[in-house]
Amino acid sequence: MKFEQWNGFTLGDWQDEINVREFIQKNYTPYEGDSSFLAGATEKTKKLWDEVLELYQKEHDSEGGVLDIDTKTVSTVSSHEAGYIDKDLEDIVGLQTDAPLKRAIMPFGGIRIVEKSCEAYGRKVDDEVEEIFHKYRKTHNDGVFSVYTPDIRAARSSHLLTGLPDGYGRGRIIGDYRRVALYGVDVLINEKKDELEVLNVDEMTEEVIREREEISEQIKALNELKVMASKYGFDISKPANNAKEAVQWLYFGYLGAIKDQNGAAMSLGRTSTFLDIYFERDLKNGVITEEEAQEIMDHFVMKLRLVRFLRTPEYNELFSGDPVWVTESIGGMGIDGRTLVTKNSFRLLHTLETLGPAPEPNLTVLWSTRLPEGFKKYTTNLSIKTSSIQYENDDLMRITLGDDYGIACCVSPMKIGKQMQFFGARANLAKTLLYAINGGRDEISGKQVTPIFAPITSEYLDYDEVMAKFEQMMDYVARIYIKALNAIHYMHDKYSYEAIEMALHDREILRTMACGIAGLSVVADSLSAIKYAKVKVIRNEDGLAVDYEVEGDFPKFGNDDDRVDQIAVDITKKFMNKLRKHQTYRHSKHTLSILTITSNVVYGKATGNTPDGRRAGEPFGPGANPLHGRDTNGALAVMNSIAKLPFDSAEDGISYTFSITPGTLGKTEEQRVTNLITMLDGYFKQTGHHINVNVFDRSLLEDAMEHPEKYPQLTIRVSGYAVHFTKLTREQQLDVIHRTIHEKI
Amino acid sequence: MNKQNLQYYAKVHSIESFGTVDGPGIRFVLFLQGCHLQCKYCHNRDTWDINGGHYQSLDEILDKILRYRNYIQPDGGVTVTGGEPLLQVHFLVALFTKLKEYNIHTCIDTSGMVTLTDDVKKLLNLTDLVLLDIKHIDNEKCKSLVGVGNKLELEFAKYLSDNNVPVWIRQVLIPGYTDDTNDLLKLKDFINSLSNVQKVEILPYHSMGKFKWEKLCLKYELDGVRDANNDDVQRAKKVLGIT
Repeated sequence: MKFEQWNGFTLGDWQDEINVREFIQKNYTPYEGDSSFLAGATEKTKKLWDEVLELYQKEHDSEGGVLDIDTKTVSTVSSHEAGYIDKDLEDIVGLQTDAPLKRAIMPFGGIRIVEKSCEAYGRKVDDEVEEIFHKYRKTHNDGVFSVYTPDIRAARSSHLLTGLPDGYGRGRIIGDYRRVALYGVDVLINEKKDELEVLNVDEMTEEVIREREEISEQIKALNELKVMASKYGFDISKPANNAKEAVQWLYFGYLGAIKDQNGAAMSLGRTSTFLDIYFERDLKNGVITEEEAQEIMDHFVMKLRLVRFLRTPEYNELFSGDPVWVTESIGGMGIDGRTLVTKNSFRLLHTLETLGPAPEPNLTVLWSTRLPEGFKKYTTNLSIKTSSIQYENDDLMRITLGDDYGIACCVSPMKIGKQMQFFGARANLAKTLLYAINGGRDEISGKQVTPIFAPITSEYLDYDEVMAKFEQMMDYVARIYIKALNAIHYMHDKYSYEAIEMALHDREILRTMACGIAGLSVVADSLSAIKYAKVKVIRNEDGLAVDYEVEGDFPKFGNDDDRVDQIAVDITKKFMNKLRKHQTYRHSKHTLSILTITSNVVYGKATGNTPDGRRAGEPFGPGANPLHGRDTNGALAVMNSIAKLPFDSAEDGISYTFSITPGTLGKTEEQRVTNLITMLDGYFKQTGHHINVNVFDRSLLEDAMEHPEKYPQLTIRVSGYAVHFTKLTREQQLDVIHRTIHEKI
Repeated sequence: MNKQNLQYYAKVHSIESFGTVDGPGIRFVLFLQGCHLQCKYCHNRDTWDINGGHYQSLDEILDKILRYRNYIQPDGGVTVTGGEPLLQVHFLVALFTKLKEYNIHTCIDTSGMVTLTDDVKKLLNLTDLVLLDIKHIDNEKCKSLVGVGNKLELEFAKYLSDNNVPVWIRQVLIPGYTDDTNDLLKLKDFINSLSNVQKVEILPYHSMGKFKWEKLCLKYELDGVRDANNDDVQRAKKVLGIT
């Protein structure tokens, strides 16, 4: 293939096959310098952003925080007419509907959830749409519930399995949106046609039929993508010609995905260094300035900050707010040793300054100890200022995933365009342990949820007996879990297939069955209490174990104490191996995450008293975090505990939320940056996988007063003194806030 | 092993794996139990009682420290504080000897209110940095604030200077107690007489330690004394001639 749009690029195999990685490797310019080249926001950007801020305010003031809903148009890639914030000011165009922040309905996942959402915000779904989706068109949700078995239903309604994507979009699929820019849609369509030809085989097996149908859907979606772009006046059938077009083309690809799917996480991939190649070419040719380059990135990010989905208030409660997880992975190192940091990596991060901090896009830095110092300094400094960056261990992931992977959602790594996952939410392991003790009866309702197992009847819990029964119960949960996920993903493929996202993948891809666990630290502490202290069972009149009395002290997860940390490691491996015993839909590869996002609160609510002394209803630690307040040896001890959890057995990610006040991180701004860099280097050398860094400002501390469960291990440190923030009285907390934030001790 | 063998056991109050405010870089901070002073403003009242805390062996503590080598090197190290760490000098000599084998930076946070025994001298020889908390430059005021005069700590400071042990001088700034201009000027003169001072730190007094006294059913003697604020610190720094 040859296009004039490729002039100036180093040629290679990428011309003749879809190979974005090779294009990047042959053409990108690693950047080892500092942030001094960056330009600020242009007048145009400021004006446009002010308009967006006004829209945010209007949205905030609307019922339930939802500005408007298009209740009539079923959203597809090309369903809506063009929409703008302020057409003359926008470098990058394209909205999910015909107006900013107006939400679309996507009933293919399930009509009831759409109806419920509309009702919650004072609207009603159009009659015709309701009729079609109730009478004539089956949805993903209908499909799943038509095949669910009683044991799955029981596990689900008792919160043993939670958050399953059976009524909403599974998400966590990243289309390789870069392909749209590099090749143009026509090349992609031809490639898909070639794939159909490959599948023109002698035997029309079920697999072949399914794949041929899917590819046909993909071709249709790609054609729709061209139609959508044409509504904005662009012809994306050919490759992008310059940086602005490259961003626009790429964004159209992503826009197609978020018009088509209301997925739990709709991540962007790893785009900044790819785009840098276009920016470098334009800068070199003198067709744009640095100011203009920043402006294009600013306008792109503005669009990403406007992504909205229609969801129920309960969903938002579960995930705290209105998250989209437009995750963009930045930086990392190439397998040839060159850094993948480019100037455009800086530009993207710089949007936290030009537009101010924001949770979206979810900026994720792929950290390597070998990242250039200038980049390390810039990101950590921004982290401290904005708490808006998360970090993942590139040195760890590069081993198995190479250097062109991206993060979906929070922690799930996947090779871009070559891998997707079947999102599986999580199993509540703490509840599983309680079921093991009670023979499968629920500790709150008393209902027999699983088949009848022999319960533990002794007064004091015996470690070996509990472990044996816990193993049995984990066996059971693993079986039900995979059964449920197989049903869910079969139906999602059938009724809500992500045609446009999958069109931006290779034909042969790796599919993972991404399971998850919640409550790991509660389980580890409980087993540790049983092993190292004495745990007495309190039973109600029906013989149901409802509470526990711990006599004596025991090692607790999060203190770098191998006695209990090893229990957490063993449980992770065991549960992973139990999952592996079961056959998965489409022969997907079993993986596991230790991640709860913010749903640790809701899972805790649904779980009774546990043998570690945690009270019923109290939140679990988020992700792999220790239980709130259990860590007494400082932040690095927590990191060491979490870093022991084996990535090999939790390849879908191990999440750690770290919160700290500026003063605790270091006395001066410079020291804070140096300490954070050293800390990240150290954590990742210990093979930690992920870390969320919260450096608290005043508003965060105030939030911590109201919601202590959201802020585990928030320590206040001044010279020679340390205390858990949440252990202080309200008055003391106010005092600390005052001192920490204003006095800069 | 015999727990009375103090070379191999320490009386520990607690550890903090992520210390950033007691010496340079990221530091493993070991809080030792026991103090012979009675500072009215103490924010770690629970570290006084020599019978409190728990024994930990040299091997245990060393093993813990080494778990953090990826974080504390190259810029950080280990800081021992308390309590008064120099009350457990035998143990510290053993610990610091080991830490030097691993090339780990060693630091002691002390009042210096101890006799300069051979053991203490031996320890200082293994110490890369002393955070020396000058309780009060005025002998009488010192007595009333912490229970003893300042003779020992000033001698200690002099010894450090004569032997070129790097020092950060620390002064807790308590409104109405340690912030008198004349006292600060005296302190400045004293600091200027030393040749080894790398840094002078003003630590603003805060009452966040009060609840620890109350937990032990003890009267907090500085009740009603206000916390030092940023203005106080700036003023003190100006008098001391530091930035």
